[in-house]
Amino acid sequence: MNSKTISRIGIYAFLLSSAAFFLIPVYIMVTTSLKGMPEIREGNIFALPLDPNFSAWAKAWSSACIGMACDGIRGGFSNSLTIMIPSVLLSVALSSLNGYALALWNVRRAELLLGVLMAGAFVPYQVLLYPLVIMTRTVGIYGTLPGIIAIHVLFGLPVLTLIFRNFYASLPTEIMKAARVDGAGFLQIYWRIMLPMSTSILVVAVILQVTGIWNDYLLGLIFAGRDNLPMTAQLNNLVNSTFGEKEYNVNMAATILTAATPLLVYLISGRYFVRGITSGAVKG
Amino acid sequence: MFSFRAKLPALLTIALTTVVAITILLVAISWTGVISATNTQLIPRYEFVGMTQYARLFATERFHVAFSNLFLYGACFISIALIFGFLLAIMVDQRIRLESLFRTIFLYPLSMSFIVTGLAWQWFMNPTLGLQHFVRGLGFPDFTFDWLINPDKAIYALVIAAVWQSSGLVMAILLAGLRGIDRDIWKATAIDGIPAWRTYVSIVLPMLRPMVMTCVVLLAMAVVKAYDLVVALTKGGPGNSSDLPAKFIIDLTFERANIGMASAAAVMLLVTTIAVVAPYIAYSFHKLRR
Repeated sequence: MNSKTISRIGIYAFLLSSAAFFLIPVYIMVTTSLKGMPEIREGNIFALPLDPNFSAWAKAWSSACIGMACDGIRGGFSNSLTIMIPSVLLSVALSSLNGYALALWNVRRAELLLGVLMAGAFVPYQVLLYPLVIMTRTVGIYGTLPGIIAIHVLFGLPVLTLIFRNFYASLPTEIMKAARVDGAGFLQIYWRIMLPMSTSILVVAVILQVTGIWNDYLLGLIFAGRDNLPMTAQLNNLVNSTFGEKEYNVNMAATILTAATPLLVYLISGRYFVRGITSGAVKG
Repeated sequence: MFSFRAKLPALLTIALTTVVAITILLVAISWTGVISATNTQLIPRYEFVGMTQYARLFATERFHVAFSNLFLYGACFISIALIFGFLLAIMVDQRIRLESLFRTIFLYPLSMSFIVTGLAWQWFMNPTLGLQHFVRGLGFPDFTFDWLINPDKAIYALVIAAVWQSSGLVMAILLAGLRGIDRDIWKATAIDGIPAWRTYVSIVLPMLRPMVMTCVVLLAMAVVKAYDLVVALTKGGPGNSSDLPAKFIIDLTFERANIGMASAAAVMLLVTTIAVVAPYIAYSFHKLRR
């Protein structure tokens, strides 16, 4: 064997063992969720299920007990949807309008404002949470759906604005000039010209927000209120605070169900997803 | 072309989004600063007690555990994720088969919640039924992998799960950088007989410095914000051995009603964050203006 073949073997050995490392959690989540409890206790974690069945999935979805309530995590699923949809729409709409205004309307100190806003994205939540609790309580939206939506919009604004601002700033200036000469106003240009050109960046922003908000735990826990707890919070309550014997198969089924939404978004949207998570910081 | 009247809607938009958000953030930060100088416990009380909360904080053992864990966890996680991610990027860049499949596998953890990641790894590292049980069953009765219940090792359990989640991000960013490098350097170094690893370390890596910077900042922010993963994987335990500041502060605020001290700890965390990211913000702001 020549040295080139050896190095090819080395490359594939590294890639395959890395892939195995990355796939371990998903493999054990799926296999565990398809087993029964006796099989889990007696067998080993890597063994394939002898009699694969979805009863743990059904239980996790609709009858597992979280505290006193035994309705599974389906309530969390619909809560997460209810939180996510308006939060995504509102934050993307406001950020794109904001990015457009900052990029194309010759506003003085636009870069300074954007820089300060971006700096806000680096502040740890822990520094902001208690004052935000008091603020939302003062205006009467603490622990409600509008409260958690407002919080998601606030925390989504810096990075999304940056993404949109950079996109609009990269467009040829002639577009703006021509539109202005024709007498079009702020909203008209946005709605008729900019928005139709922004499809790809809109997709990036929506995907970034859908996965980000779906995966949020802390903000939902604090601001959504007991009736609107997102799926991640219910999942953690299910797994980490059940009494008696732990049902690992049900826990893993619930974990997969919670991960399914962002995972599907990722698998379908691949390239856009990667652009979203890197564009917040990779710029210029 | 931009009369004030025409600009008005743009200014209004910025005022209602950017300016409102900046104001809320600044008010919240200063409020936390003010509260850290009072003896607030559950509801704000504006009796100023000077640096008392900071003194109490520094006398609290859990604070020292949490902050020294922050640096230990941060150093291990960032260095391992960088090296592993860079290696992945180099290997993926070798004109391999099934490149997009490999990339998909290395990146999918990023789409998951840290709660999901934490619970999956908690199950894998469970000493009675997880990896330890499996290897013992293979005929190694002395094999031990008890990091989750071992106070000296629990923090490294967090490192493993975090590296698993974030290495793909490093790979994606550095791979984009590698693809942007002129292929001619490989011919040049081949002629000079320089080994490939040497080229990567001494020539390619310095060329990728901006991307590496970006990765370091993103990973550092993940370290400062590490809350969900701790909650799901170790709950900060055993004892407080795997506690991190983000969790320490939330516990003080929402479970122990010790908000004055929590605010003092939050200010300390903010100071730490600024020390880490200020150079990066200054740099990218400088680029933004040009």
